[in-house]
Amino acid sequence: MTSAAPQTSAAASRASSAGRPRDTVVIPVSGMTCAACQGRVQRELAHAPGVVDANVNLMMSNATVTYDPAVASPGTLVERIRSTGYGAELPSAGRTIVEEQEEQDRSRAEEFRRLRLRAVISLVAAAVAMLLSMPLMSANMRMGFGASADPLLGWVMRTLDPSLSHALPWLYALPPRAVEYALLGITLAVMLWAGRHFYTGAWAAFRHHNANMNTLIAVGTGAAFLFSVLATVWPELFISRGVAPDVYYEAVMFIIALILAGNALEARAKRQTAAALRALGRLQPPTARVLRDGMEVELPVEGVHTGDLIVVRPGERLAVDGEVESGESAVDESMLTGESLPVRRAAGDRVIGGTINTTGSIRYVATTVGADSVLARILRLMRDAQGSRAPIQNLADRISAVFVPVVLSIAVATFVAWFIASPSAPVVRGFAAAVAVLIIACPCAMGLAVPTAVMVATGRGAEMGILIKGGEALQRSGTLHTVVLDKTGTVTEGHPAVTDVVRARDVLTDDAMLRLVASLEQASEHALAGAVVRHAQERSLPLVQPERFEAIVGHGALGTVDGHALIVGNAQLMAAQGVSTTDLHETAARLANEGKTPMYVGVDGALAGLIAVADPIRPTSARAITTLRRLGLDVIMLTGDTRRTADAIARQAGIDTVIAEVPPEGKVAEIERLQRGGRRVAMVGDGINDAPALARADVGIAIGSGTDVAIEASDVTLMRPDLAGVSNAIALSRGTMRIMKQNLFWAFIYNVIGIPIAAGALFPFTGLLLSPILASAAMAMSSVSVVSNSLRLGRFRAA
Amino acid sequence: MGLDQWIVLAIGLAAIVWINWYFFLARTPAAAATEGSADAAEVVVAVRGGYAPATIQARVGRPLRLIFDRQEDASCSEEVVFPDFGIRTFLPAFQRTPVEIRPDRPGTYEFTCGMSMLRGRVVVA
Repeated sequence: MTSAAPQTSAAASRASSAGRPRDTVVIPVSGMTCAACQGRVQRELAHAPGVVDANVNLMMSNATVTYDPAVASPGTLVERIRSTGYGAELPSAGRTIVEEQEEQDRSRAEEFRRLRLRAVISLVAAAVAMLLSMPLMSANMRMGFGASADPLLGWVMRTLDPSLSHALPWLYALPPRAVEYALLGITLAVMLWAGRHFYTGAWAAFRHHNANMNTLIAVGTGAAFLFSVLATVWPELFISRGVAPDVYYEAVMFIIALILAGNALEARAKRQTAAALRALGRLQPPTARVLRDGMEVELPVEGVHTGDLIVVRPGERLAVDGEVESGESAVDESMLTGESLPVRRAAGDRVIGGTINTTGSIRYVATTVGADSVLARILRLMRDAQGSRAPIQNLADRISAVFVPVVLSIAVATFVAWFIASPSAPVVRGFAAAVAVLIIACPCAMGLAVPTAVMVATGRGAEMGILIKGGEALQRSGTLHTVVLDKTGTVTEGHPAVTDVVRARDVLTDDAMLRLVASLEQASEHALAGAVVRHAQERSLPLVQPERFEAIVGHGALGTVDGHALIVGNAQLMAAQGVSTTDLHETAARLANEGKTPMYVGVDGALAGLIAVADPIRPTSARAITTLRRLGLDVIMLTGDTRRTADAIARQAGIDTVIAEVPPEGKVAEIERLQRGGRRVAMVGDGINDAPALARADVGIAIGSGTDVAIEASDVTLMRPDLAGVSNAIALSRGTMRIMKQNLFWAFIYNVIGIPIAAGALFPFTGLLLSPILASAAMAMSSVSVVSNSLRLGRFRAA
Repeated sequence: MGLDQWIVLAIGLAAIVWINWYFFLARTPAAAATEGSADAAEVVVAVRGGYAPATIQARVGRPLRLIFDRQEDASCSEEVVFPDFGIRTFLPAFQRTPVEIRPDRPGTYEFTCGMSMLRGRVVVA
């Protein structure tokens, strides 16, 4: 079940109302044919014990029942329905995206095998038919009729005829009438068996005033067949008018065989476009080892609940998302985040279901399961992305809507023009040209040009840890001018850390000073204080409770630790407390210029040193920004931070344009200002604080960190906190645009050139006429080539 | 030009006029009013070389469940796409597959096969 609005798709869901638990189940019911049947089942269910509400749906052939699980169960409800004489089955679990994909794959694989078999047998039949018809054609030639129905076959015949009449004299001894009727029979069999769906499909569409590719094939081959039947049954009609009673039987079979072969290749190529989705679906392990009452039990993954403790051994795949409770290991998250190296995960770290535990053993608490898990959300996003459309497709869609009737008209006009203008064999030539027009025209390539590229590109993106929302996001990302980067958490790590510890005198060691300051700052809630405490903890310094603590807002803090009077803060606080900062004044200024925040430390009335804290730049940022520049993009950093800090970070990252001291609400205005200047702007931020700016930008790129990604909030989501994802996303989008344009161009130009050639536009100049058989080969290859071109995106490499 | 050529010309022109009339002008798809059920309006759409009915009328804000009954295995109709709702669904052959949409604004919403060849529309008023 697919739905645009959120809803429960599982077969059974649980809701609680007025304190009583209630379950809802959807039971498939068979055998209902009318409203009376529906009413009968409905009444039976409504009177069943424990049923709160029953709704039988005739069109869907199912019953939705809400019941009290203490009284009824799906099993008793099924029995109840069966007692009315209708069939009922226990519901299977809701179809997941993976199952849907598997079903589609099975159907495509089966289609491929079916098409291949039909193509091969038609091809063999066509070859036999060609051999049989050799003597017929050579007889027609001898009778003085020049033009052969199919120029290609005419050429083959002229080439082979002399040697063939030597090698297989018995072939030429066969009675021509019998051979013709045999050919008629073989062709009819091939049409009805191998090509039947062309005719039934064309007829079904015709009844709805629709025309599609089947219409063209059916009309083209059907006309050729009827012409041949007439020539077989009533050859005098042709001969009396000086026209060869040529038959097209082998041409009809070749056309059917080649188109079937093309369709088979297309079915196989289309299967590959979903390769990434399929690979992601396989990441979910079927079972998990859960600790229950101190025992390890292997449970199906559906049985894992939030809060369960899960044990993972080396080499195993994690079943659900969670938070590590104990143990330590390196986890390979490459399949979800694109991060090539395994990531260290220890107590307190988040882990993602579907990733592989490499060396160590860990125990973790399940946090999200089922449809809410990261993997399920990625799959859903991908499925939706692949169903979306790109605006570039609009023109192609408008053309395909009128394509087939227009081609039918051109085919009629072609015949008329030949009939009127051809000096010799007007019927035969006009007919061959009209059939060639019908066969060569291919609307399929136009329809496949954009969707296949979107499928492959979103799949490749997901493999690289880049989730792209759909065709429109791809198209906009491919045409950007400017990339605006948020500073905190995007260019930088987003977590302030201690960068420098400087001593003024040799009274205290670094660690001793750090221990005192950290002990004091434990009482503070300031972000800078948190950085100092973390730093001390990382160095395993034993912290103590401060005897006294006082926060001086905007300046720092003071208090007493281990009997020492401590002052931590800026120069003004030091001056106010009578501590001279002259010794470290220059150092502090230098650090501030580097984008760091220096804090003076006074111990017992004298300056002891200073500690500098900064939000360090991500190690990958500078390189990624260089890549963005190389892609010809303007890079701008936007931050609420002070000008001095912002400039310092921009210098390290290699960014020229900095817009600093922008309040959060001013970011949207800055984006709009850039857009008014005619720029197409991408905004890169963490997706939570920058949500309005991401929404305002032409492309909002949310930079995430695996588990806490706001997947649905932005146009592009990076699974890994690495700006390289931004350049990769843009390069991939540009590559996709390129492929889409190539595909559309090829699909258009193919028809624009192919149809006139088939109609005989070159004949007056070169004497060249296109064989309908060659036309069918060209037509079959045109859609295959478009899909294959899209598949190239699957090999996209990082920029 | 001889008589036979005039005749062929006349027949050819008539055929072209007829083709364009039949496929473009004579399209009178029966707009199916949707039947009601408890939670959503529903309509069964037969999928066989096209969609029947091809035009479905729906009311704003009321969920609409289109039950696609694919009566063929020709690969053309294997997917149905609702571009405005970001839906692309596989329709297993000879099965009924529901697709639910919630049109919040009046307008015409097109749905097509995976290759945009078969077309239908939902007219929301």
